[in-house]
Amino acid sequence: MPKVKVKRKSTLIDMTAMSDVTVLLLTFFMLTSTFVKKEPVQVNTPGSVSEIKIPETDILQILIDPSSTATSMHIFMSLDKQADMTEILKRVGSEYDIEFTPKELSEFSLLPTFGAPISKMKDFLAMAPETRDSQLKSMGIPNDSINNEFKVWVRNTRKLMNETDRRDNFKIAIKADVSTPYPVVKKVMDDLRDIRENRYNLITSLKKTAASASPE
Amino acid sequence: MAEVQTGDHDKGKGGKPQRKKLSTRVDFTPMVDMNMLLITFFMFCTTLSKPQTMEIAMPPKTDEIKDDKQPPAPADLFVTLILDGENRAYYFEGKPNYEDPESLKDTDYSPSGIRELLLRRNIAINRQIDVLKQKLFNKEITQEEYKTESSRIKKETKDTPIVMIKPTEKATYKNLVDALDEMQISNIARYSVIDTTSVEKFLLANKFTGGHAAANSKK
Repeated sequence: MPKVKVKRKSTLIDMTAMSDVTVLLLTFFMLTSTFVKKEPVQVNTPGSVSEIKIPETDILQILIDPSSTATSMHIFMSLDKQADMTEILKRVGSEYDIEFTPKELSEFSLLPTFGAPISKMKDFLAMAPETRDSQLKSMGIPNDSINNEFKVWVRNTRKLMNETDRRDNFKIAIKADVSTPYPVVKKVMDDLRDIRENRYNLITSLKKTAASASPE
Repeated sequence: MAEVQTGDHDKGKGGKPQRKKLSTRVDFTPMVDMNMLLITFFMFCTTLSKPQTMEIAMPPKTDEIKDDKQPPAPADLFVTLILDGENRAYYFEGKPNYEDPESLKDTDYSPSGIRELLLRRNIAINRQIDVLKQKLFNKEITQEEYKTESSRIKKETKDTPIVMIKPTEKATYKNLVDALDEMQISNIARYSVIDTTSVEKFLLANKFTGGHAAANSKK
């Protein structure tokens, strides 16, 4: 009896199609996503039904450390354009009679988030990038009544935006944690009010039960 | 895994050595591996969705407000919402009643909380907005038209409630955002965030003590 030959099938799979799919996925991810900005503190934003997306450019983001209390606050800021960052540091520096070297200015423009008191800014910029991250957490822009550098930063940013015809696009956004006590947020709002910044945005995330939120 | 070409063809017949036929097929497995790695990297290091924002306009400092000669709004249009700690909120309508501790009512940020009251009070606007929404749903109007029209309704409708949001020191940022959210959901045209005064503190104390604070102050 002749043996029934079992045909041996090759286990090789053509990976070309798979490769096509992965390249497509990769392109999709590269084009649609934006990189997460490195922030010195983790902030969990509250949910809201608001559907306004945050603009990408000309935005001054104010980050409030969740561990802040009304008396000791840690505020950080971030701007999107590097050219603006150097210009603003120059202006704020000149208000406090501090001149920054071109190297320091370029170092500053590369920071994702800034928040050192202006008197310590030179030391901060001289640090190695690795030590900066750990140091930044304990710093923050001072906003107490004696030394309110926070107002100076916002005022100078506004001035720069007005001078460069971006008055209408420029927005201030406050990013605070769910658990941040109201007096802390109020202090920031009051400071903004003092320099006549009465319109600003609060950064929120999409509410999970958005469907149930519609009034119908 | 790559296909290995066994070069046994040119052994048999003598004569010209046959040219080895190289397969043009390339093994894509390493390519897929690398792509997968890159995809994982992008998925972990990037955000797909931009965060939402909520626009808020605060009143300027009190000493800068000019007298714009508007008649003061009647007291019964006011709804005062007091945000307390531990996610509790209280409200009263119209003028504060110092005598009755029950005039300050309990509420919360859930759909059955303050929203019910606000939707009811704001029915004049909400009816029009609902019609507009239906039109938008049926694609009779564009998104842009919807926006301009709804802001026009909010501006022109008369006698709509005015909500005063008064967060106490114990309130959190989430409470504030929740309260502002409720304003948006119930299409409240006029609302503002104001600091608590002694009035609200007294009302809260009066409620917690069941009217004792009012009785004591009378003595």
